Amino acid sequence: MDNHFEMGLDELRQKLLTMASHAETAVNRAVQALVQRDADLAQRVKEDDRVIDQFEVEIDEFAIQLLTKAPLATNLRLVTVAMKISQDLERIGDEASKIAKRARDLSLEPPVKITLDLPRIANLALDMLKAALDAFVNRDSAAARAIIPRDKEVDSLNKQIHAALVQHMEENPDTIGRCLHWIVAAKSLERIADHATNVAEDVVYLCEAQDIRHTGAKSQGASAPGS
Amino acid sequence: MPDSPNQMPNAAPEPGFANSPALAVRNLSVFFGKNAAVKNVSLDIAARTVTAIIGPSGCGKSTFLRAINRMHELNPEARMEGEIKLFGDDIYSRAVESVTVRRRIGMVFQKSNPFPTMSIVENVTVGLRLNGMRDRKTLAARTEQSLRMAALWDEVKDRLHAPAVSLSGGQQQRLCIARALAVHPEVLLMDEPASALDPLATAKIEDLILDLKKNYTIVIVTHNMQQAARASDFTAFFYLGELVEFGPTTKIFTNPAQKRTEDYVTGRFG
Amino acid sequence: MTAPNHRWRKFKNGFMQTLTFVCAILVVVPLVLVFYHLVREGFTSINWAFFTQLQKPVGEPGGGMANAIAGTFILLAQAAAYGVPIGVLGGVFLSEYGGTKLNWWIRFAADILNGVPSITWGIVVWALMVVPMHGFSALAGGVVLGMMMIPLVMRTTEEVLQLVPAGYREAALALGIAKWKTIVQIVIRTALKGIVTGVLLALARVAGETAPLLFTALGNQNWTHKLTEPIAAMPLQIFAYAISPYDDWHRQAWAGALVLLLFVLCINISVRFLTRDRFQPKI
Repeated sequence: MDNHFEMGLDELRQKLLTMASHAETAVNRAVQALVQRDADLAQRVKEDDRVIDQFEVEIDEFAIQLLTKAPLATNLRLVTVAMKISQDLERIGDEASKIAKRARDLSLEPPVKITLDLPRIANLALDMLKAALDAFVNRDSAAARAIIPRDKEVDSLNKQIHAALVQHMEENPDTIGRCLHWIVAAKSLERIADHATNVAEDVVYLCEAQDIRHTGAKSQGASAPGS
Repeated sequence: MPDSPNQMPNAAPEPGFANSPALAVRNLSVFFGKNAAVKNVSLDIAARTVTAIIGPSGCGKSTFLRAINRMHELNPEARMEGEIKLFGDDIYSRAVESVTVRRRIGMVFQKSNPFPTMSIVENVTVGLRLNGMRDRKTLAARTEQSLRMAALWDEVKDRLHAPAVSLSGGQQQRLCIARALAVHPEVLLMDEPASALDPLATAKIEDLILDLKKNYTIVIVTHNMQQAARASDFTAFFYLGELVEFGPTTKIFTNPAQKRTEDYVTGRFG
Repeated sequence: MTAPNHRWRKFKNGFMQTLTFVCAILVVVPLVLVFYHLVREGFTSINWAFFTQLQKPVGEPGGGMANAIAGTFILLAQAAAYGVPIGVLGGVFLSEYGGTKLNWWIRFAADILNGVPSITWGIVVWALMVVPMHGFSALAGGVVLGMMMIPLVMRTTEEVLQLVPAGYREAALALGIAKWKTIVQIVIRTALKGIVTGVLLALARVAGETAPLLFTALGNQNWTHKLTEPIAAMPLQIFAYAISPYDDWHRQAWAGALVLLLFVLCINISVRFLTRDRFQPKI
């Protein structure tokens, strides 16, 4: 005899992971469009964002349905966490869209003569997201906690890029328009890392039933108050 | 009807009736003396779906359920008006005996009631034997098929001749389900089938209902709304004998159209 | 906490407990007395001859009650044959069919009949059968005992059937089983032990009836060969011996009484055996 509720939870997990892979692909393609000045790819990313948005609606509806069946304990946390993660993934999709828009705008103008380590910040953010999703699949709370301090590195890298671009703008005022696009793109990647951090915090909640958001305990294995 | 243990009976109607709902209820009213327990209820129940009937005590849900297989006639003061059609057949027409209706529409009760003088296998086959079936091979095949459908076969296959009352409460209720399924009904009615069971046994019954849905149309009365949400596709909300709202279960429990439904579901009354 | 009040309450409790205990014991005393006397007076007269021989003429010692014992069995067999089907089916009607008003009247009639003195039964059957047939008969004896059994069996059957939970009837009907089959195969089968108990108890009751047999079976010193002849029965024989002037017959009367009591005791023991809880269902 099947456990029908378990089957429902599996379906929820599957939907979430499918949505995640769409989001990852979107970020990858957006960065690629940016670096390779590919306007067509940028357009595709913007159009595919609808799919990600649709997933969020679907997952939320499905989660509400599961909630009417009164899940408890881990099942309850899974359903609520799924709704949160889907929201973060949708925002990641939106950020990828923003990057794609800037990529398209930049591709229409001559390139700026500055070396920026955007691929590096993109890889950092994507690695964090992948690690968070792996932690979700494997229910690995320690791995999730380990992701959270990595956000600092992304933040500082973004500051570096920002500073470099500001300096370039001061020295070459005719590049201000284009540099602003780059600043926004870098900021989007930094936001993607933030969303990956949120996903990691949600995974910790799922596994440990501890809410580590906003506690400042952004270190491994710290015990939050009220445990 | 296929009788090998691993083949499920086909409860879908003949092609000519493919468009008939499993149960078409029109203007059904049930009176006990002067008192109307069910007032002018109309709804359609589609084949191979699970419909839950919810509502506060005394709202007429059990009376409605029992009118479907004419069990309300056991009360000499009961009287009904209106029409119920089973896959297009009028079950209250003069030409139809209640016995025939009850062979097509089975029922499982709140308190499990396996016959105490009979063994497990005798209980499962009682509906067949007392209606004239003698062939031992068919009886044995139906026994295994029904017990498998009721998710009880593995637990009792080595002691089919043990007394039925030697089973636990949850097992007894599944035995009653097997007994009802053995006569190959088209519709299965369940009157609060899990309310006398512990949570683990209840969960098994709910999963069983979702499995049975593949082959049977099921109508279940329940006072547990989460159970209705878990186990049913459609829900009907009854109040004071009237059908207040009928719709997909998700809608009834997330966004009911009627205020009275919302009040009941959120626990403001009843 | 007032001490005198407490002592008074304690005394009352103890007093009631002792009083009820004594009363319960007192119920058993007559049974003990009966047994004691019967065994003391009658035990010595019980021998093989008692069960196999007919009574000897006056003056000759020995002999037995063989024909009376056989006669009692024949009468009880008839009583069962006439009384059980009618009583049980009547009980089935009261429990499973019928409008409430009619049932009330039938029950009322049965309860009255249960209270009718046994000698009245005897006179009625005498008028109905013995007179038209121009003679006492085993048949009349069987009929009167059967008629006495009917209201008793009917009421106990009805009560036992009512004890069968309605859930079983509903479950059977919901399977599409016809009403009569439900009653026979499900309800009666479930209540069977209770019905048999009621029948056995009714038999035990009529086994000792003497007065009605005086007017119907009459008694017989020899073997009876046809149902239309008078027949001996143990209560009749005991009565006849007891009022006789012969010591030997007195002793035989005691023996007969003892055997009769043992017979009734056996029936009651078998009832206990039948109704024992053989099986404990799992909760």
